[in-house]
Amino acid sequence: MGIESFFANKQGFVATKLDNLINNVVNWGRQSSLWPYPFATACCGIEFMGVVSNTHDVARFGAELVRFSPRQADLLLVAGTITYKMAPVLKRIYDQMLDPKWVIAFGVCAASGGFYNNYSVVQGIDRIIPVDVYLPGCPPRPEAFFDALIALQEKIKGEKITRHDREQRPQLRPESDTSWKVPVVDPAQRAIRRGE
Amino acid sequence: MVATFDVKERLRQRFAADVLHADRAGGMESITVKKDRIVEILGFLRSEPDLAFDFLSDLGGADGMRLDWPQWRDRFQVVYHLRSMKHGRRLRIKASVPESDCRMPSVTGLWKSANWMEREVFDLFGVHFDGHPNLKRILCHHKFVGHALRKDYDIHQGQWLDETESMMDEIGEYGENPDDGGFSELVPVNIGPAHPATHGTLRLFAKLDGETVVRVSPEIGYLHRGFEKHSESGSWTMVIPYTDRLNYCSAMLNNVAWCHGVEKMLGIEVPERTQYIRVIVSELSRIIDHAVCVAAMLVDLGALTNFWYLFNLRERIYSILEELCGARLTSTYVRIGGLAYDLNEGFIDQVRAILRDIPKNVGDVIALIKKNRIFLDRTVGVGAVSKELALSYSWTGPCLRASGVAFDLRKSDPYLGYENFDFEIPTYEDGDVYSRAMIRFDEIVQSMRIIEQALDRLPSGPIFSEDKRVHLPDKDKVYGSIEGLMNHFVLVYDGIKVPKGEGYHPIEAANGELGFYTISDGSGRPYRVRCRPPCFTIYSGYSEIAAGSMIADAVPILSSFNIIAGELDR
Ligand code: SF4
Repeated sequence: MGIESFFANKQGFVATKLDNLINNVVNWGRQSSLWPYPFATACCGIEFMGVVSNTHDVARFGAELVRFSPRQADLLLVAGTITYKMAPVLKRIYDQMLDPKWVIAFGVCAASGGFYNNYSVVQGIDRIIPVDVYLPGCPPRPEAFFDALIALQEKIKGEKITRHDREQRPQLRPESDTSWKVPVVDPAQRAIRRGE
Repeated sequence: MVATFDVKERLRQRFAADVLHADRAGGMESITVKKDRIVEILGFLRSEPDLAFDFLSDLGGADGMRLDWPQWRDRFQVVYHLRSMKHGRRLRIKASVPESDCRMPSVTGLWKSANWMEREVFDLFGVHFDGHPNLKRILCHHKFVGHALRKDYDIHQGQWLDETESMMDEIGEYGENPDDGGFSELVPVNIGPAHPATHGTLRLFAKLDGETVVRVSPEIGYLHRGFEKHSESGSWTMVIPYTDRLNYCSAMLNNVAWCHGVEKMLGIEVPERTQYIRVIVSELSRIIDHAVCVAAMLVDLGALTNFWYLFNLRERIYSILEELCGARLTSTYVRIGGLAYDLNEGFIDQVRAILRDIPKNVGDVIALIKKNRIFLDRTVGVGAVSKELALSYSWTGPCLRASGVAFDLRKSDPYLGYENFDFEIPTYEDGDVYSRAMIRFDEIVQSMRIIEQALDRLPSGPIFSEDKRVHLPDKDKVYGSIEGLMNHFVLVYDGIKVPKGEGYHPIEAANGELGFYTISDGSGRPYRVRCRPPCFTIYSGYSEIAAGSMIADAVPILSSFNIIAGELDR
């Protein structure tokens, strides 16, 4: 990233001003055209369909270009319950997204496990991936989603493009289980990919 | 033959040594048998013309570890709910399985739907089924240790998973196609669970020959949220919010199904007004469910415009329901013995207004697709399911009716006074994707008819049963009399006390027969709750139906089933 590292090393008045200007312009672009990847697993996903449909129309906030490829999206929207069975999939999707990337936990299930406190549901996705905005509600109303989106936009506004994205990411929940490994590809599948 | 119908006696004559116990519970004969000859017994019940229990409604398990019933001899029971399509009767057969010898014969040879249901019992209770073609876990992940629904499994004990299952065992080897002498190559392709065509929670693993699906195997359980275990840990009323989240496109119907089942166990009749209101909200939910199903299916075919049209309709019905109960999706409106609130002011006018608009809304969509060449090419004749296959997979609801069986619980086993309404059961003959889409439009029309009649005849009166076991006394009685106070205290503190016994009282939900098999030990908490989800059995037929089709057709076949993951995986 040429321009970013250029400014990171410069000091002085002009550099600071220019730095701010570029920062603002880039962030303005980022915040006003978020491309969401709806990781919709449950009831909240149905409500997210209401968000994009014409009555509520998320296009007003510049986030209507729903992408189903993590490579093309910069906003991961986890809408619905994440079970232990689904956890490796979610982690994999998140890792596949390119920086800069943000995460909204849509609904209490994603944020904390919700009222499914049991053997099969992950008690909050922030045990697996960092979350920028937590959106409570079961399901949240579409208006509440817009509130979360605006909160995320505000947050993006304050980010420094000269700092590495990874340093600005929120932390995982402290009690998260660190013994848990990043999902690996099954050896049989890997052999197939390589054509062995 | 009806006069001499006595299934108990018939079974005793034939399998004297195997019948352990017989009683009548929850509106049907309930017979406990030994496990070893279960295939013969069920085969006999199925083939005798005067019994003809040819339809496997449900197959579930129960753990009697904390149950002190004398007739419950061994730890586990595998429960079969049968229905005779010919005679319209139901029957419950329970096979007793001891913990020391936790295995029994599989009935997959009799019904294809038993395949997944037995896998579920194996997964959650650990009962092995001998002769099952592919007995492995279905809802919990493949590295899960223990059996979640056993009473000694701690509800909070989660188990992390670090890699998804490869599924190679179900699909077979990668390589040359043996059928054409190695001319073409077979390629395994993983679709989902995070894929738009699989709606976020379903995973398909397919083996392709070019664009043709040679074999496909679904993996489910990505949304297994422990509904049954949760229900068994709270009071009867506390289950209602969980039912909202089963089929979250039509939460009201699930509420009605649960409360209706519990009321039957209590022997309570709800007031007439409540029945009518339940019918109205049920049918409104059915309309939403069908609209969402068709909208999602058309999106999968690339027709996005219809989605906007149908979602307008959905949004309007949601605003009506929201005014009624305060929530758009997850209503929690129905209560055991009544309803949470009476109708709000203006409800009737709003519903009447929307009934006037639905024909236009739906008509627009039909006009867009009815003569649309692309739509017809991609749906007519695709994924055709015969009557016999549909019944063997225990299909119910619109999918079964699209295959030509006019089976609808609202007509065949009426509840909530559906017998007093004038409506038809639409059926189609071909059982293809086209029929499964169009039948939903026809059902929307019938639902509108029902709502209209219900609005016209809506009686006034109370909305809650007067029965002390479910009805909180009025406030002046609570503050003014000792009985009222005690009554209130006990009901709030202990919850509703459902008498000992078991029950299964299904209703017709948007996807088909939805019922809860419940066991009460009289303690104020459900001992066992088993949900019979309509789309579980429907989806179990997918691999057979989609095999041989083009990969592009496999997607509309899937979406025409209207698989709702919350209900599928619970
Ligand atoms: S938060 Fe509520 S509505 Fe959302 S997925 Fe969880 S249970 Fe469903």
